[in-house]
Amino acid sequence: MTGFLRPILLIAWKDILLEVRTKEIITSILIFALLVVIIFNFAFDPSPALVALVVPGILWVAITFAGVLGFNRSFILENDRGSLDGLLLCPVSRDVIYLGKLVGTVFFMIVVEALLLPVFAVLYNVSLFLPGLLLIAFLATLGFATVGTLFSAMAVNTRSREIMLPLLLFPISVPVLIAAVEATRALLDPSASMPSTWWQLLLAFDVIFLVISSFLFGTVLEE
Amino acid sequence: MNGREIVRVILLVTSLVLMVANLGLIFLWVPMELVMGQIQRIFYFHVPIAWVSFLAVSIVFVASILYLWRGGRKWDILANAAAEIGVLFTTLMLISGATWAKPVWGVWWTWDPRLTTSLIMWLIYIAYLMLRAYAPTAAQGARYAAVLGIVGFVDVPIVYFAVEWWRNIHPEMVIGPLAESGDLEGSMAITLLFSMLTFTALFSYLLWERVSLASSEDALDFVRGLEGAQ
Repeated sequence: MTGFLRPILLIAWKDILLEVRTKEIITSILIFALLVVIIFNFAFDPSPALVALVVPGILWVAITFAGVLGFNRSFILENDRGSLDGLLLCPVSRDVIYLGKLVGTVFFMIVVEALLLPVFAVLYNVSLFLPGLLLIAFLATLGFATVGTLFSAMAVNTRSREIMLPLLLFPISVPVLIAAVEATRALLDPSASMPSTWWQLLLAFDVIFLVISSFLFGTVLEE
Repeated sequence: MNGREIVRVILLVTSLVLMVANLGLIFLWVPMELVMGQIQRIFYFHVPIAWVSFLAVSIVFVASILYLWRGGRKWDILANAAAEIGVLFTTLMLISGATWAKPVWGVWWTWDPRLTTSLIMWLIYIAYLMLRAYAPTAAQGARYAAVLGIVGFVDVPIVYFAVEWWRNIHPEMVIGPLAESGDLEGSMAITLLFSMLTFTALFSYLLWERVSLASSEDALDFVRGLEGAQ
């Protein structure tokens, strides 16, 4: 392990260990995502013909909503227990802290998606075990998490912090949502091939905001 | 009168004179468009308003970078002033666009890339003002707002491309005969350019006024702080 990677993974590991012991984040956002999926079923009552049309949207709205809750928890725990100060005292630069929190958050989201997708496939009777979907899910999750982690560190200090994060995150992550939904729709349609536009867009979004966010994260943490 | 006051009066008078002349050009001088009729005159307001909106958010972007990089309260004041005016003009842009679209396209709204991007931009800069207002301290609000001023500005073109590619998949429902605008006739181009100039002057005046107001607020806070210390 190189010297740069090690502190990042240690910070992520701290969050994962905390989660293994409390089981607070993953359980709650998984159940929440499941509830969103079920509520959409009542809202649209999709017939088999309609399923292919609405399933990508339902899936990604559920993941987006669940993601906001997950990103919120990421810094609420640090803030409420005063452990953020301890993290700031670590002899590492601020972008390392950002990347560590990001890796932890992405890991939680991937676990939730891995548990949600099979249930989703059963409930809506669609086959979601496609290698392309894994790539899209990873890139989109990373996209949400890059800006989500940055905004979460700001939103946690504001008044009405629970509502502030979605107000910041949803408009900014519109490209991620569009790309994820359209790519999933193309994957579910056996006749169509997925246009490379979507994963390229996701990749561009991820890279741009990974760089900008790690750069700006330090200013967010200043008192 | 101090220097600041003189600039303010010059900007105010310039905007006023230009605006009166601009209204004359738009409603009296420029010929009626053949197909759309009177409705087309909204265009002479809508395009300059849209230009001012983008100018405002560009200023937010540059001032935010300078604030985080160099520090200094003046950059924060400038960014905040430009963001407030930007939200105002984006609101006007959305309203004037919808007013034009209804008679011409038959709908108030379509999810076209430009319209959708404007709406998302409006939401981003409303969040900018809220983030600043809800921050625990003024200094933190300034830094948070600067972060969003940078992230939001970088995001707007990405939103535009995403929506454009998305639209290619779901073809436009309304394609009226007037959806495409052709070349502008000479007097119309002059009117449009003049209107852009007028609205830029108005924007400069509003920005100046808002920045002066914020500086006065700072000075007042400072004096009150002195009183409190005694």
